[in-house]
Amino acid sequence: MLDTPTTRKPYVTGMDSRRSAGMLALGAHTILTMVFLYAPIVVLVAFSFTRDSFGVRWTGFTLDWYRRLLADQRLLGAALNTLYVALTSTIVSTIIGTMTALAMERYHFRGRTGFDALLYLPIVIPEIVMALALLAFFAFSFGILELLSGLRLQMGLGTVTIAHIAFTISFVVVVVRASLKGFDMRLEEAAQDLGANEWQTFRHITLPLILPGIIGGALLAFTLSLDDFIITFFTTGPGTSLLPVEVYGQVKRAITPKINAISTLMLLVSITLVFLSQFIQRRR
Amino acid sequence: MKNGIAVDLRNVVKRFAEVYAVDHVSMQIRDGEFFSMLGPSGCGKTTTLRMIAGFEFPTAGEIALHGKLVGTTPPFRRNVNTVFQSYALFPHMTVAENVAFGLQMKKTPQAEIARRVEEALDLVRLGGFSGRRPRQLSGGQQQRVALARALVNHPEVLLLDEPLGALDLKLRKEMQLELKSLQERVGITFIYVTHDQEEALTMSDRIAVMNAGKVLQVGTPTEIYERPVCRFVADFIGETNFIEGLAGGVEPDGVATITTDDGLTFRAQTTRPVTPGAKVTLSIRPEKAFLAVQSPPPGTPNCFPVTVARVAYIGSDTRIDVRLGQGRLFDLWEQNSRSTLDRDAYWQPGETGFLWWPAENALVLTE
Repeated sequence: MLDTPTTRKPYVTGMDSRRSAGMLALGAHTILTMVFLYAPIVVLVAFSFTRDSFGVRWTGFTLDWYRRLLADQRLLGAALNTLYVALTSTIVSTIIGTMTALAMERYHFRGRTGFDALLYLPIVIPEIVMALALLAFFAFSFGILELLSGLRLQMGLGTVTIAHIAFTISFVVVVVRASLKGFDMRLEEAAQDLGANEWQTFRHITLPLILPGIIGGALLAFTLSLDDFIITFFTTGPGTSLLPVEVYGQVKRAITPKINAISTLMLLVSITLVFLSQFIQRRR
Repeated sequence: MKNGIAVDLRNVVKRFAEVYAVDHVSMQIRDGEFFSMLGPSGCGKTTTLRMIAGFEFPTAGEIALHGKLVGTTPPFRRNVNTVFQSYALFPHMTVAENVAFGLQMKKTPQAEIARRVEEALDLVRLGGFSGRRPRQLSGGQQQRVALARALVNHPEVLLLDEPLGALDLKLRKEMQLELKSLQERVGITFIYVTHDQEEALTMSDRIAVMNAGKVLQVGTPTEIYERPVCRFVADFIGETNFIEGLAGGVEPDGVATITTDDGLTFRAQTTRPVTPGAKVTLSIRPEKAFLAVQSPPPGTPNCFPVTVARVAYIGSDTRIDVRLGQGRLFDLWEQNSRSTLDRDAYWQPGETGFLWWPAENALVLTE
């Protein structure tokens, strides 16, 4: 009632000059923000198509860098490794994270508060600390294993995957717990009342209703794993290379538009994932 | 209809930590009856219902469904269904899918599911709504879906946990009558939890009045209202005047004399043995006492000169507070059976009159 146009109009006209100045400032601010956020990305993508071999000047359009990229066995291998680690760690951490979230939201058990704090630890501690801790852990446990059984294990894809699972679980838990907060537990009682056992209740009621949260958690885990550098760097072994580390290595030698090309492709993968998740969540 | 016992509660106790939510409750709910559990919030009625459903297990005691003990049987293996206060409809399923859920869990053939879902939706007059989602329905319609979803399974017992609580008054009254006639048509035992005494009186064959985890009285609506066994029941159901005093002798027809400490003497009906000299409470409903302009003939029981203190005209009745003896207030209702604007037809504050009632209209309570 208070916001009818007739009561608002005089107020607006009285403020007209100040309002247009404000609108101008707002417009400028918006444009500057967009430029600040997206100009580097636009430049990155644009210069993946330049003929200039240093990638700093526009000397004409070419797909040459993409062609070279596809011929670079090292880079392709690293990309495949990255996808393998991201997929495996996402699947495992999504399952463990969802189960953990369900347990944390549903049950009261001894040590629940402490465990809650522990779950947040990988999110808040500096990544370098986490990376060093994982490195120390692998070195220590491999040492023990060798002492006990004579088996010599090496750092490699396995250790990177385990490390990625360890640090992405917390993120999955946070996202899934948020979606469980809005979940009405009485729906589960209603399902059981109608003859559904625990598993049927989970499959037909709980899972479909928290699925958007689980998908959100999984996507977050996937993206985090995909572009992780520090933990990957410390837990990988000789001869095993993942994309962020490989890109860093090549940049140290020489910056060529090939790096721009690989970055553009990674960007494409991320954008596709985001749209995919939006599409899935909107369909429900 | 069989005359068996649908639900038998034997000394059922439910303790949460140190609190007794249900404290040694024993009662039998008959096959095909509309049974209500009535009481203030926290009286244990919902916990009792949840134990029958299987969401809670008793700390002690036994629950039998048609003679079969179900102590720790999980809800999905009991042939009872619940209508929840919040309806708890599955938001990601259509109305038809919601109603079909129970049958699907029991692996009923598809053709039979389709037929029974349609039947159930027709029963609750939601024929054309099968393709809708719960959020597209009004509160009353969601309520009906919840009913259909439970009834489609032909449960031994249907449990209803304050199912009308979220509806507005007018819709609630409509649904009360509809629920009652639905129950008569399907012939299924209904156990209905409510804190609304009028709702319980309107629908129930029998009512259990509960307080602080205990069942105080089980009886028909008439028994509960006319012959409450204790002060709590008399107070919780309807309104009443309480007068405390000491019991005198009890005559062969069960009428006792009660003397108050301000020197008034009353005569009232007893329903259970009263020891002379015991402290008792007299309960008299406001519509069962009368106010006369002139002194009733000598020998009229419970007759006192009074002064009108307050008058409230509420349409169907006039509610009058009168003072008797040394200022004791007494509430009585007079039906406005005449249609008139004449001021003299109604009592006015300050007027004097004579309050009286027949001895059998008042009740002696010992608890």
